[in-house]
This record gives sequence, structure tokens and C-alpha cells, in this order.
Amino acid sequence: MRRLAALDAVYADLDGRAVVTIMGAVAAELQSLGHQPNFFYLQHAMGLASSLGLGIALARPDQSVVVFDGDGSLLMNLGGLTTLARYRPRNLVHVVFDNGSLLSVGGFPTATSTGSDLAQIAKAAGVPRTLTVDTVDTFAEAFREACHADELTTLVAKVEPIGPSGYVTDLSLLENRFQFQRWLIGHGAS
Amino acid sequence: MPVSITHSQMIYDALKASDVRLISALPETWLVHLIRMAEDDADMTLVRLAKEEEGVGISMGAHLAGVKSAMLMQNHGFLAAINGIVSGAQLFRIPLLMLISHRGTFGERDPWQTEGGGVTLSTLNALGIPYDTLDAPDQVLSKIQKAQTLANAALRPVALLLGRDLMWEDA
Repeated sequence: MRRLAALDAVYADLDGRAVVTIMGAVAAELQSLGHQPNFFYLQHAMGLASSLGLGIALARPDQSVVVFDGDGSLLMNLGGLTTLARYRPRNLVHVVFDNGSLLSVGGFPTATSTGSDLAQIAKAAGVPRTLTVDTVDTFAEAFREACHADELTTLVAKVEPIGPSGYVTDLSLLENRFQFQRWLIGHGAS
Repeated sequence: MPVSITHSQMIYDALKASDVRLISALPETWLVHLIRMAEDDADMTLVRLAKEEEGVGISMGAHLAGVKSAMLMQNHGFLAAINGIVSGAQLFRIPLLMLISHRGTFGERDPWQTEGGGVTLSTLNALGIPYDTLDAPDQVLSKIQKAQTLANAALRPVALLLGRDLMWEDA
């Protein structure tokens, strides 16, 4: 599965949800499908996208939140999975694009390429719903189920280590940050 | 343990008066009463962390969602959170209110706290983070409110160091 195809398959489902992505390929690919004011790209602060999503989900229990995480990022904050599981916000869907690689910095393999299983780690951390998918159709179906499950889900999507040719876009970090905040504070329950 | 309940309550009340509704924390001795107060307060969301850097992400999310938050941590936790502070809160201009117990200062008996005590102020200076120390009970409310005011005006992290004379009764 190509990550861009997976994002495209669920793009329409992101309407009205607060979407937080990690840096690099995920941010650039989601933007390439069309930036929206409800998308926030956490460029840098690696590992903290899931924590930031948790902060939104706890601050605004009425607001649906989606985090697009990655294997390299999540491996930097595995302890954060236990915090996610501890508070298990029902309004949070935690997607992990797992390409087994630190793609944007040379493609060096991560520990998921040598057997570490992020869905099993999330399950053992206490996340109530966890699953791994490896096709676009099963991803889209699992994502929609997670959005309506009313229970914290960590959905690991196995994707190919292929990304865009560049990562810098014409959307400045701060423009994105203030636009997203304005949308989030102004946006009612969804 | 001689951690001051009275002064912990003052700090907690000042956070409440500053409209803080979410606290992330990782326990350490000087913070036990503060964390219990947050735990017992039905109007406070307490997020217990595995490591302090998570708290930066959580406070970023809370801020973007319009909720005021604070982080409670030891200075060694602050040292552990630095990348999140720099490449998260500073890069994205987040008004992060950090309450940091300043262990390892004059009077410290625990050998393992001493190294961090010696580098905390110089690290805050290096990062350009405005800070002040809470030592006198009658300044707790004023300093916490002023710290939060600056954080919100500057859209930057600020730190209040919890001093031994405030937190420890037989200091």
C-alpha cells in the first residue's frame, strides 16, 4: 500500500475532525491532497504528535481527533502509548503509517523492519482497539470503523517506503499553527 | 516527609486562579501534594506522564484547543523535555507554563540531584526561556499570574522554579 493512496482513500472522512500529522512525508502527502484548516502538521518535535493529539482530545472531548503517526516517530515515544492507553480518549483515532524506515533521512530501517510490532505494543500498553492492515481497502474500512468505534484505536497501516520528492511546502509552520487553532476553537462538536 | 502542604496549596490555588484546567505531571518528592490536589479536583484534568517530554505535546494540544495548562516536573524532567520544548513549543510559539522543582541547590542532601541543580539555570538561559523562582509564599500568586501573562503575550514557554525554601519545611 502506498501511504498517499491510503490518505486519499480517507481524505473525505477527515472533514470536521482535528487532524494532526507527523513531519516529513506524511505532512507533505496530506497537503498534496489539499490543505484544510483542520489539518495541523507537527513539523519536528518528533514523537509528540500522539501526545499533542491526546492534549486536544482531553481538552475537547466533543471534538473528533485523528493523529497520523509514523513508525519512526512512535518509536521515539513508546512511553506515550501507555499514557494514551491510560486516558484512552474515545474521540481519538491513532493511525500509524509503518514503512519500516526513516524515509526522509536516508531510508534507514527502523525496528519494525526487524520484528517489532507496533499494534502489539499498543495492545500491550492497554490501547483498547488495535489492528494492522496492509491494503488501501482494508485501511479505509478500518479507519471508518475506528472513527465510529467510540473507543481509542491504534491502527497500524503497513505502507511502502516511498514518499514525495520534497518535504518543504509553501505553507509556513506558524500560518498553519494559527489557522488550525482558530479552526479548533471556533469549531463546535462534530 | 517535610514537603510543605500549605505552600503546595498556595501554588495549586494560584494555578486555579490562573484558569489552568489541565496539568501534566511526573511525580517527584516536592510535587507529591500538588499532584494529589490535582488528582482530588474534579474540575482539573490531570495527565500522568511516562516521561516529561510528552507533557509538552499535551500542553501544545490543549493550547490549540483553547485550554490553559501547566506542566509539573523536576528539573531533571525539564532536561528530559528539552527537544519537545525547542522543536515543539518554541518553534510553534506555544505559551507553555512550566513549574519546575529546583532540586540540587544549596541544602540538597541527595547526591543524585546535585548535577542537575547546577545546570538548570544555565540551560534555561541558553534556551532563552524567561524564568523566576518561587521562594516566598506571599509572591506565589503574583508570580504565577505574571508568568502566565508573559507566556500568553509572548507565545513562548516560561518557567517558574519551585525553590527549596518554599517547598521544603526544614530547609
